[in-house]
Order: sequence, then C-alpha cells, then structure tokens
Amino acid sequence: MMSFIHKRIKQKIAFSFFGLVSLIVVGILFVILGFIIFRGISVINWGFLTQMPEEGMTKGGIFPAIVGTLCLIGGSMIFAFPIGVLSAIYLNEYLKETWLKKFMRSMTNNLAGIPSIVFGLFGMALFVNKLKFGDSILAGSLTLGLLALPVIIRTTEEALKSVPDHLRIGSYALGATKLQTIRRVVLPIAAPNIITGLILSISRVSGETAPILFTVAAYFLPKLPHSMFDQAMALPYHLYVLTTSGTNMEASRPMAYGTAFVLIMIVLIANLLANAFRRYFGKRNKMN
Amino acid sequence: MNRKRLKIFEKVFGVVLFSSSTVTSLTVLFIIVFLFNEGIGLFNSTPVEKKYQFIVSNNNTVKELSSKQLKDIFNYDITNWKQLGGSNDSILLFTINDLSTYFTDDELGANFEYLPSKINELIKKNPGILAYLSDKYVPEHLEGHVIPLTKISIKDFVTGTEWYPTSEPAPQFGVLPLILGTLWVSFGAILIALPLGLATAIFMAEVASQRLRNILKPVIELLAGIPSVVYGFFGLVVLVPLIQQLFNLPVGETALAGSIILGIMALPTIITVSEDALRTTPTSLKEASLALGATRWQTITRVTVPYARSGITAASILGIGRAVGETMAVLMVTGNAGVIPHTFLQPVRTIPATIAAELGESSYGGLHFKALFALGILLFLITLIINTSVELIKSRKRS
Repeated sequence: MMSFIHKRIKQKIAFSFFGLVSLIVVGILFVILGFIIFRGISVINWGFLTQMPEEGMTKGGIFPAIVGTLCLIGGSMIFAFPIGVLSAIYLNEYLKETWLKKFMRSMTNNLAGIPSIVFGLFGMALFVNKLKFGDSILAGSLTLGLLALPVIIRTTEEALKSVPDHLRIGSYALGATKLQTIRRVVLPIAAPNIITGLILSISRVSGETAPILFTVAAYFLPKLPHSMFDQAMALPYHLYVLTTSGTNMEASRPMAYGTAFVLIMIVLIANLLANAFRRYFGKRNKMN
Repeated sequence: MNRKRLKIFEKVFGVVLFSSSTVTSLTVLFIIVFLFNEGIGLFNSTPVEKKYQFIVSNNNTVKELSSKQLKDIFNYDITNWKQLGGSNDSILLFTINDLSTYFTDDELGANFEYLPSKINELIKKNPGILAYLSDKYVPEHLEGHVIPLTKISIKDFVTGTEWYPTSEPAPQFGVLPLILGTLWVSFGAILIALPLGLATAIFMAEVASQRLRNILKPVIELLAGIPSVVYGFFGLVVLVPLIQQLFNLPVGETALAGSIILGIMALPTIITVSEDALRTTPTSLKEASLALGATRWQTITRVTVPYARSGITAASILGIGRAVGETMAVLMVTGNAGVIPHTFLQPVRTIPATIAAELGESSYGGLHFKALFALGILLFLITLIINTSVELIKSRKRS
C-alpha cells in the first residue's frame, strides 16, 4: 500500500513537471510574439505600410518591401504550386510501389532537408549566373519555389492519401477513366487540404531570407519593381538589413520592430487561416 | 471520336505528371552538380591570384611554398629558409612597395625602363630573397626562378585552422573553425531542445487531454512558422544584451545565444517527430503494462519511451540537422568570429553564416567565391548524411 502511494506521488511529480515544461514551450512562443507585437504595433500606421523608406531607412515606410515580398510569393507559387501538386498526384495516384517511387520519394525528402542557404547558392549559380537572369524577382521566385516544392508535395500527398479508396473504385466502376476520377472525385475532396498546404508554404516563403540574399534582394531601392527582371526589396531581408547594417541602427530600430510585426502577422494570419480551413472542411467531410 | 480524344488527353496528362515529378526529383542532383561546378575549382588551384609570382634566387633549394608558409613568412614567424628545409639564409622579403628603399628614382629611369635589370641584380645579390611581384614587373631574362605554390587540397581545406579568405598575399582557406563552430552551436542547441522537446512530446502524447492537445498543436506549428530572421531579431534585441549582462561579457553575441535561439527553433521538429514516434507504441503493450499494475508513469518510462527510442533518436538527429543548416538567426546572434571556440561564451562562426555574410563581397569566380561554394558542398554533405541516417533509422524500425 505504501509503495502504491509512493508510485502515485512519483507519477504526480513527473506529470506536473512535463506539464510545466509544455507551459514553458508555450510561454516561449508567447514571449516572442508578445514582444514583437507589443513593440511593433505602435509603429504600424497607414503611412508605414504605404510609403517609401526615407532618410537612410530611419523614416518613412516599408511599401517596396511589402510589394517585393508579394511579388516573390506570387512568383514562387506560380511555379511551385502546379509542379508540386502534379508531382504529388503522380507519386500517389500513378506510381506503384517500385524503385522509381522509392527513389522519387527519397529525393523529395532530401530536398526538404537541404538548408535554405544552399538553395541560395544554387539559385545564384544557376538562375543568376548560368541562365543570366541577374539579381531579379524571377531568379528569387524560382529559388524560393524550389524551397517550397517539398512542402507542397508533402501536404498534397497527405491530402490525396486521406481520400478513401472506395470512392476511386466506385468512380472506375461507373466507367470513368483515371484522369476523370482524379479530376471529379479525388481532387475536390482533397482540395481543402491542398489549399492548406498552399497557405502554409506561402507563410514559409514570405519569411525566408537566405535564399533571396544573392538572388533578388536589394539593400535599399525606393521604387517599385517594373518587371520580373528587376531587383526588389523584401520584408525578411529588410529586417535583416535594418538590424545589422543600417546607417543609423538606433534610429531605424522602430522601423525594424514594425517590419518584424508585419512578418509575424503574415505568419500568424496564414496559420490561423490554414487551421480554420482544416477545421471547417474536416467537419464537413466527416458529416458526409 | 470523343473517346479517342479523351485517351490522347489522358496520355498527355500522364506525361505532364511524369515530367513534373522528374523535375522535382532531379532538383537535388542539379543542386549537387551546380555546387560542385562552382566550388570544385578551389581544389588543385594555387592559393594566390594568377597575375602574381613569387621569385627566389637560383641557389634556393626549397621546392614549393604553401599558403600557410607564405602567411608565416609575411608575418615574420618564419625568417630563415632553413625552417622550410632550404639552406641557412635569412629570408629577405621584397615587394614592389620596397622599391624605394633599394633604388633611387634615377637608377630606375624615368619610365622604369631599368626596373627589370635592377630586380635581376637584387635577386642575384641576395640568395635569401623572396620577391612578390606582379607579372608585369617580372624581368624577361630572370636570374632567379619562380617558386611554385602548393595547390589547395581537400585535406588542407578541411583540417586547416585558419579562415582568412581575403588576406593578402596568401589567403587561408581552413574551415576547421567553421565546422567546429557549427557543431558547438548545434550541439548546444540540442542540449537545450531535447529535454524540453521530449518532455513536451511525452506530455502531449500521453498525459494531456484531447482538448489541451488541440491547443498545444497549433502553438507548436506557429513556433515552426516564425521566420528565422525574426528569431534572429528577437535574439539580437533581447537575448544578446541579457547574456552580456548576466555573464558580464564584452559582447553578448556568443555561441550560447546561438544555441538558445537554435534550440527554440529546433523544438517544433523534435516535438512533432518524437510525439509521432510515441504514438506508434501499440495500445496493447501499454494496456498490458497497466494490467500488470504499473502506473501510467511507469508505463511511459518502461514501455512507451523504450519502444519509441528510434523515433526519438530520429527526432534529435533531425533537430541537429535543422540547427546545422540554419543561417539567418545564427548570423545575427553568434558574433561571427572565425576562431576555434573554447567556451560557449565566445563568439563563433558557423558554415551557413559564413556563406551568407561573405558571398556578397566575394568576386564572381574568384578563389573566395569558390571556397564559399566548397563550404556549401560541405554543408550539403553534412545534411545529406543526417537525412540519410534518419531514413535508415526509420526504415529499420519499419522492418
């Protein structure tokens, strides 16, 4: 009896400890988010979001960086989303368990593990120098697209796997071809989860700095890009520049807090959106 | 007719699908090819830019000089040819800037027309001379000979202890301090992240109610979603001054700061992967343990965790991988001093941070540029080994 109580107390202590550690992890997130939101929110106003940076980036706004980041998100997704989704369809719906599938899967896994700075090096070597795009939105978008590819493939595959097989078989039984089955049956059901993956990869791409260092990012460029062969500013690089190499770092600190705030907001909104999407459609699918 | 068109369309679609997944899988190979293409030129090239020559007297018996020896000579750490295996002559360094100490303007002529013969004279007179000359000043009928420089080898690159890629006249491409810096910061990160992450994973998988889990899960996803540059910014404005005050240091940018930030960044990976592993423990095993009278805590420590051991190992390796490759946050908080670290309270420099900080300043196709791509290859290989070992651990588990 004594040892039973003893065991109980031990368990209680261990579980409270684990609970405490989990609380610390949550606490870390809230400290970081809270700090940046608290310091950044006072900087945010309409002018900050819509004006050019002025006076050595100590005044004005971050409009060109926002536009640059939007261009990069758009550019990378135009390229990566279709290829990613198509690859995932091929991997999941067409390929049987052969060496080819194993090879392709392990290659995509490897791609996901490559550090972002290596993507930056590759983008510089191939897109900027070899293909002579120069430092441009095009080169940056392609580099970021490659980085987003494994994310999109993985989420799309998960989405496709969650479509029950009997629906596919039912469709074949009605005389539909493979393509018709994918288009009319599989994709509509998988769509919400695929879109969730898209949103999450947008969030990832918008915050990446290392791949754009040598492929697109401009230190200071107070005008908007005109074509995809132009250099552009981007939010994450702008934050890096403001904190480490600005002309007057003390004076540009508020600008840095503001930029960090905008970046955090993009990530926060993307995550909330993705979660809401998943929950809403998850419920709907369960009811069917 | 319609049927036929459908068939063709089906075929075309299949080809499109196949080609897009081929492109994806070949990207990794492309990356390898291009990194090697740019970086491999570093090896087997001489460490000094082509248009400069080192000239010694004809009597000099030293066969070749390495970049390290050159640096020591120019720093006056080596002053006699004897130290390099030659004859007992003290080394006389001569560069074009020393011209006026040996010759007057008249001796050289108005248009430096006597310069080649004067240099020849100097070389002939001093058996211990080491002249560092641009190609255009090297006399046509040279009275000495050009001493060849040791080519940069992979071994020197990996084991060299000095990274001064831009130093003149002899740049040093030793990446050992950068490798050690990366390892220090990464292992520090895992020391911080593993206990925290594992405890959270156990809590989420075994202790927490479904409702609590539904709160924790998005929080951890969000932690993974915060851009690394924001972590770096947070580290720079909060953590670095804190460390500086706490330990009374001259600078707060230290390996410790990098480890803490990287530890936080590695948390989501470790938590998600080990939680998944813990969840794969069959319920029958756990129930058997509980039926034998074990408490839930005993079941966790004696059944669940041992069963998930390989998954937890995979999680920590993946966490290290994440930390090794991380660039921006480390660049911003570790101080970037390229020396071999001795304590956690020292600035260190990691491989990715070096690439990010220096590539913009290196000239395209130059030695420094190639060396940075060689660093990229090294980083790529390290992460490849990490990923492959994780796959191996996972596949062994499955079988």
